[in-house]
Amino acid sequence: MDVYLDPALSSRRTAAGPAAALAGFPAREQGFVLHWGAVIAKDNAELAYQFTAFAPQGLRLMDLPAMESWLLYAMDLYDKKGQVPAIRAFQDVVGFAANMQERLAGIVLTDIAGVLERFVCGLNGRALKIAAGERCHTDTETLFLPAVVGRLAQKEANFRLYKAMAVHQWAQGWYGTWRGGVLLDTFARAAPSPAALDLFHALETMRLDACLARDFPGLHRDMQALRLALDGGPLGDPVLGDPAQADAVWTDLARRLGDPAARVGDTLDRWAGLPGRPAPPCCYRGELVPEAVLARMELRAAQDRDRFRIALARLIEDQDRRPPGEEQPEAQTLPETAVRLGARAQDDPDGPEGLSYELFLDGKPVAPPADMVSTLESIIQDLGEIPPEYLVAAGPGLYKRNAGGAAKDADSAWAGTYHEEGAFAYDEWDHSRGHHRKGWCILREIEVKPAGLAFYHGTLRKYGGLIKSIRRTFEVLRGEDRILKRQPYGEDVDIDALVEAYADGRVGLEASDRLFTHRRQEERNIAVMFMVDMSGSTQGWINQAEREALILLAEALGHLGDRFAIYGFSGWTRKRCEVYPIKRFDDPYDDLARGRICAIEARDYTRMGAPIRHLSKLLRGQDARVKLLVTLSDGKPDDYDPGYRGDYGIEDTRQALFEARLDGIHPFCITIDEQGPAYLPHMYGAANYTVVADVARLPAKVSEIYRRLTS
Amino acid sequence: MQQHELRVLRPEEYFIEVEPYYEPVADEIGIFEAAYANGLPILLKGPTGCGKTRFMEYMAWRLKRPLITVSCHDDLTSSDLVGRFLVKGGETVWVDGPLARAVRAGGICYLDEVVEARKDTTVVIHPLADDRRVLPIEKLGELLEAPDGFCLAMSYNPGYQSVLKDLKQSTRQRFVALEFDYPGAALEQTIVERESGIDPGLARQLVKFAHMTRNLKGQGLDEGASTRLLVHAAKLIHAGIAPVAACRSAIAQALTDDPDMLAAVNELSASLF
Repeated sequence: MDVYLDPALSSRRTAAGPAAALAGFPAREQGFVLHWGAVIAKDNAELAYQFTAFAPQGLRLMDLPAMESWLLYAMDLYDKKGQVPAIRAFQDVVGFAANMQERLAGIVLTDIAGVLERFVCGLNGRALKIAAGERCHTDTETLFLPAVVGRLAQKEANFRLYKAMAVHQWAQGWYGTWRGGVLLDTFARAAPSPAALDLFHALETMRLDACLARDFPGLHRDMQALRLALDGGPLGDPVLGDPAQADAVWTDLARRLGDPAARVGDTLDRWAGLPGRPAPPCCYRGELVPEAVLARMELRAAQDRDRFRIALARLIEDQDRRPPGEEQPEAQTLPETAVRLGARAQDDPDGPEGLSYELFLDGKPVAPPADMVSTLESIIQDLGEIPPEYLVAAGPGLYKRNAGGAAKDADSAWAGTYHEEGAFAYDEWDHSRGHHRKGWCILREIEVKPAGLAFYHGTLRKYGGLIKSIRRTFEVLRGEDRILKRQPYGEDVDIDALVEAYADGRVGLEASDRLFTHRRQEERNIAVMFMVDMSGSTQGWINQAEREALILLAEALGHLGDRFAIYGFSGWTRKRCEVYPIKRFDDPYDDLARGRICAIEARDYTRMGAPIRHLSKLLRGQDARVKLLVTLSDGKPDDYDPGYRGDYGIEDTRQALFEARLDGIHPFCITIDEQGPAYLPHMYGAANYTVVADVARLPAKVSEIYRRLTS
Repeated sequence: MQQHELRVLRPEEYFIEVEPYYEPVADEIGIFEAAYANGLPILLKGPTGCGKTRFMEYMAWRLKRPLITVSCHDDLTSSDLVGRFLVKGGETVWVDGPLARAVRAGGICYLDEVVEARKDTTVVIHPLADDRRVLPIEKLGELLEAPDGFCLAMSYNPGYQSVLKDLKQSTRQRFVALEFDYPGAALEQTIVERESGIDPGLARQLVKFAHMTRNLKGQGLDEGASTRLLVHAAKLIHAGIAPVAACRSAIAQALTDDPDMLAAVNELSASLF
């Protein structure tokens, strides 16, 4: 011990104390401490001293595997944060031993967030985010859960606890805890004390649990088991519950709130009758945070209302064949349309509150388009109804406000560039007129200055393993040997062909000489164009994921031998559509091209029609058996110019893709927009798109999709 | 369950004697019969496991015609469909392929998953699929003119995302197309009950589970659970397997290999039973 501790010892500090303390332990434990002490000393003698000094105490509290994780934890801190935190970790051996159980069986949220997100999305189709939070609560769009859960001894049980927390928060949205603002209004009139809020939450939990028990018996069983294990049983349950708590009040409450007709208002009534009682414990309840919900719901309500009104204006436009309210360009709403619109509730067991709504225009039912349906569902889930004041079409003023609000007049700013050289003019499809606007869009190819390769090398490092595996799968694709039958020459005899030829010869027909099988690599002969969304909305994460995805794919495509080109696109009104050549078909994939991938950045808007027409023209010039146009995008076609937004843009894009298809080009879209399924089938066709909901998985996914697409 | 013993049949003698269980979704039976009466070929579109093949069996029973099914694959040659000479004891004999047999017998020839077949193979059906209704057999020097009883049908799943597998316009535009999708919740529940014999409550939960997986389509699943998978799970449950285990084996594992997705789908089924 003296040997390895030497640099850390002094006249005031000797190894005698630790050595004496250690002497009381069996040889195996002593050997363990000496061995690891020597190992740590190679890094840092002071830490080795601290370890040796506190090891005897640790040995009294923990077994050897736990000791090992203790010292590795401390050394990990040393690597990451330096000596001082590591010393503290060694000194806090008691605290570590106490948390040991939690550490061994605990689950980290990041490991299971993916599973939970899919699970919650599967419950009713509305995608909710999951994030770690200090407080376990929901703002109705994100479920905040603790970063680590380790209250139970087994990992599976801790996962069930996570699941119960997530479901409880999901249930608040689906079974209407916040619906219609009933609760928020009550809290706004008299803010409840934390204890009172907690009591209310406990009562509401009884109501929600009863709803879950009706719809998801398996889930309910799990949650009851958790309460039995952690809280001494659910209240008001004479069988499972703690008899001391199962008094008549709770039993009665459980019965009333468990009624299928009970709503959040009933919970409020019961709550008013129970002042001053402490809230019983519940392991998955978390907290209610009305402020967070209020902020989120106000935001969403305004958005949903505007979207809904704009959608109504479109419905009227479809019917009248002209946009409503043209004569009042500043109007936010058009009150005169209210009499023409109506909504009627109808039973729908799959909807929230068991309802869905049918819309009427001029007394006739109208089918809302897919993007309006999701807005409608969101409104019903939040408010429980379509409020009458929502049933009024948006005026041109609202359109304009939603279109962004920058005061520049784009048309005049760019008027001078109309006839400039190097510009391409493309037609645009006007769906309301049913024909093309000739030469309507002016498109330019803008050179991209290559950036440094730091991002490229970073990506290679980050995804080293993945690149290898993508290459391998692509190599399998390329090396897919096909056995060609009935060849004039080859490695092996084709018995089927031989028998047939013999038989043919016997009946007097000409016997074929194609009697061999030949193994040959099939020529792929594919040309693919990647069209990358560089609109402003891709700023940040999405842009980074796009660049990573392109690098991964480009690295592997070289192995496959498919010809490929990469173009970015963005635009600002019809007079400034831009594409950015990152790699043309003829360019080699070299450092210049890599640098340009690194230089992809977010720019303006997403006017898609003209870029598609331009890129399919380039693709048409390629001599390949299969031509693919793959779009990487984050949302709908959109432009500064409000006329392009919505149906016009979608119809123009659809038309451009249709024209491309006539030229034998297969369009395909990879999007991260979760709303994608609402409009992509219309633009690209039912099977020609994929939604990658999780941006972080985009890089890995794109290669996988490409492989599936071309095999 | 019905008992079955081995029977050996020639393809053109495969008459369906017992009425197959089929629940019409819309007017598909009427359209099929009208197309059949007019000698028009039929294309069934729809996702896997939604009842296309069952519909064919039902129509074969209803029309009292033999059903000859060809499962298409990418090595299927035109001689595999039409026929070839073989040598038998030093003599050559001609053996009809399934398509020629169906024409001769006036039966229904059903080409399952036709996009899997090579494009040059699908071309041999063209003369049969328009108003000529003939099958030329070059090697025999014969031309078979189809009798009224003959019917050509094929199935196709438009959900495939491979650009290399698509149906040529010249092929698809010869057919009367019927679109199939998963039935509505109430009907699907009836189907699951009838096919497996489980009680209505369990069947309703299974259908609910199927809808949950269909919610995840495009969010990581390529397809949601098909009606066929539901029936599989229901049969396992009927045989005494616990519902969660049955859903895991018959549905979740059949849908995906992605571990996160599997875990999520299994949790969904566990939440219902």
